[in-house]
Amino acid sequence: MHFMPILSTLRRHRTAAALIVLEIALTCAIVCNAVFLIRDRLSRMDRPSGVAENELLRVQLTGIGERADAQAITEQDLAALRTIPGVKSAISINMIPFGGSSWNSSISTKPDDRDAPVNAGMYMATGDIVETLGLKLVAGRNFNSDEYVPFDDVQSETKGIAAVIVTSATAEKLYPGQSPLGKPVYVMGSTPPVIVGVVDHIVRPNDANGIDQRPYSMILPVTVPFNMGGNYLLRVAPDRKQEILAQVDAKLDGVDPRRIILERQTFAQVRAKYFEQDQAMARLLLGVSIALLVITALGVVGLASFWVQQRTRQIGVRRALGATKRDIRRYFQLENFILATMGIIVGMALAYGVNMWLMDTYGVDRLSAMYLPIGAGLLWALGQIAVLGPAVRASSIPPAVATRSV
Amino acid sequence: MIGYYLDLARRSLRRNVALTILMILAIAFGVGASMTTLTVLHVLSADPIPGKSDQLYYVQLDPRPVDGYKEGEEPLYQSTRQDAETLVRAKQAERQVLMTGGGAAIESQQVGVDPFNVEARWASADFFPMFDVPFVAGGPWTAEDDDAKARVVVLAKPLAEKVFGTTDVVGRTIRVESNEMRVVGVTDTWFPTPHFFDLNTGAYGVKELLYAPFSTSRELKFGRNGSMNCWNSHQDPEALGAPCEWIQLWVELSTEAKRADYYEYLTAYSRAEKEAGRYHRPPNVRLRNVMEWLEHNQVVPNDARLQMWISLGFLLVCLINTVGLLLTKFMRRSPEIGVRRALGASKKSIFTQLLVEAGMIGIVGGVLGLLLAWLGLWAVRHQPTPYAALAELDTQMLLATFGLAVITSLLAGVLPAWRGCQVTPALQLKSH
Repeated sequence: MHFMPILSTLRRHRTAAALIVLEIALTCAIVCNAVFLIRDRLSRMDRPSGVAENELLRVQLTGIGERADAQAITEQDLAALRTIPGVKSAISINMIPFGGSSWNSSISTKPDDRDAPVNAGMYMATGDIVETLGLKLVAGRNFNSDEYVPFDDVQSETKGIAAVIVTSATAEKLYPGQSPLGKPVYVMGSTPPVIVGVVDHIVRPNDANGIDQRPYSMILPVTVPFNMGGNYLLRVAPDRKQEILAQVDAKLDGVDPRRIILERQTFAQVRAKYFEQDQAMARLLLGVSIALLVITALGVVGLASFWVQQRTRQIGVRRALGATKRDIRRYFQLENFILATMGIIVGMALAYGVNMWLMDTYGVDRLSAMYLPIGAGLLWALGQIAVLGPAVRASSIPPAVATRSV
Repeated sequence: MIGYYLDLARRSLRRNVALTILMILAIAFGVGASMTTLTVLHVLSADPIPGKSDQLYYVQLDPRPVDGYKEGEEPLYQSTRQDAETLVRAKQAERQVLMTGGGAAIESQQVGVDPFNVEARWASADFFPMFDVPFVAGGPWTAEDDDAKARVVVLAKPLAEKVFGTTDVVGRTIRVESNEMRVVGVTDTWFPTPHFFDLNTGAYGVKELLYAPFSTSRELKFGRNGSMNCWNSHQDPEALGAPCEWIQLWVELSTEAKRADYYEYLTAYSRAEKEAGRYHRPPNVRLRNVMEWLEHNQVVPNDARLQMWISLGFLLVCLINTVGLLLTKFMRRSPEIGVRRALGASKKSIFTQLLVEAGMIGIVGGVLGLLLAWLGLWAVRHQPTPYAALAELDTQMLLATFGLAVITSLLAGVLPAWRGCQVTPALQLKSH
């Protein structure tokens, strides 16, 4: 097949050719970036929490008025919840992974450090966090039962915190390359707790401190009443979640009916809620990408059909002079390939430019080079599929057309 | 003549129905998507308190310790309780209010209504006149109520209706966190968006239904919502002298001169506090009005802007698509145009004829696009975004949609029509 005749034909339809090239280029640029953004959202949603998600239930509640006996009620609630068949353990916790609202503190290896190296999420619970959340202890030990102190005593500074468990990322940040066990962490109060254990990972409740800060958390042996944390977390048998959730209200009302139960959720629901905007955005981007590809494909079909109609006589002449059906079909396919290639080349540059602008304005990451061949392949394939119909129609024009006057 | 052109256009468009539909749909989807996202952006960046937004100022001071100080950096995001109460008491602005978000459990007198939680605002008395809060019954509490830590509340209309079944409830009592509180006023539906006076509890979709004096809320230990930061540990972070920022402080200043004066006043205040040993840094003051404050906090979500750019890109592709197809179509009609030219039609009338055909596609596409935008906004309202409920088409955006549709169709038509009328009659006649 010869390029030259195709190019000279295209040169005669310069404006139309330029428009289709531009359309392919823009589609390529937008789709490359959209696919990249979709990937980005999906990977955000895949973020590991570090907890046994399939076995966790969350009950969120709040009290009415000031309660002096809140801690006692909390203990009774937890005892009542543990009697539900299928519940393995239950805790009252101040915040939960992907829960949104968070407790944080700057922590350091030195006292009164204004340039503390880490700001970490601060998990505290009445009950065993490591066991209930299914955290993986990679070094040291869990808290001993005599290490737990009530939150009120910590705040009034009548009692200090002796121990802390940190995530491995936090340990590495505080004491890089060393064993963190037995080392102090300056957090609140003047006497620092020492690190007794390291857990693999527990994600923070939100990204408020920056998305790269999410692995920095610690667990303190501080007991919190239900009206402070607002969350009960239950570790349950995975196949009995709904049945257990249905019994929660009655158990809690049995202890004290003057509470408001705000949420009864599986952890999957907590996660879905936290990422629902990312999911919506990913869906929207996907929809726009598909719509763009469809429009562009239809544009190619429309343009090719016109050109086939316009060149009917010319095709007849070529057929009469000995060109095979295949030659004619190939002509249109190659023509489309040339247009698509030009569009893709311009589109790559545009995609890169759009990405630079997005990086600048919206802080998205740099477009990874692997999206460019994906976009190119997609548009080549799309162009060839779109042109196939008109090309076959062109190839079936009989040579006799050449002899007819138009 | 136009009537004739319309008829010609109609015939031409009917000759290739599939293509006509493709061009119309491309324009419609492009316009629909763009108008949907532009409308969302328009409502998100709207002035929440038009007419007064340039007279309300958010106060920022810097009581933090001297270490870590960098010259020119932002002061503290919120105020300490100490500064807020001092400045409100000093009354150096026309009006001043201190406040925090909160939450409270309400027990209804209605039979069969379980206790429930509402979002609330604990504020000082100037809140209502300052933000022009409309009342359906009663009115705000007074500064004396603030001083006396009076057990008074203002309810939003939906809460009054839920608890009492009516808004005529001034003087009645309501149980808030087990305390009997007297209702002094009921506000009309008032949910300014963005929720400019406190962005910590969310910029969109915040529905505060209960208001009580800040002083009372501290006395009764009502729960607070929002963000709190402390730079030293303290037994009670909510106490008067605690080194914690958690209060929003707003002042009303009706002229530029008063703004300058108040800025001077805050600077002098900071200096005096430093001399007294409570402040440690050189005076670092910010006074931003409502729109400056929203701009500074970049309240409009990036996703909404991103969606707008994507839809405009989509519109551009649709537009190019339509231009390309129209162009090819008109070029194919060169022989016909050649004949018309040879029979005496001027370039101008050919141009008009072709533009009418393009315009028809544009207008039909635009009207369809408007329907799609309406559908798109309906879809946005069912999205899980906090601003979902705001996505409504107003007159301004309705007109803008028509404008966009007309501009789009003209853009789509001008180039093909201009190229189409360039036909040299002799050449076209000769070749056939």
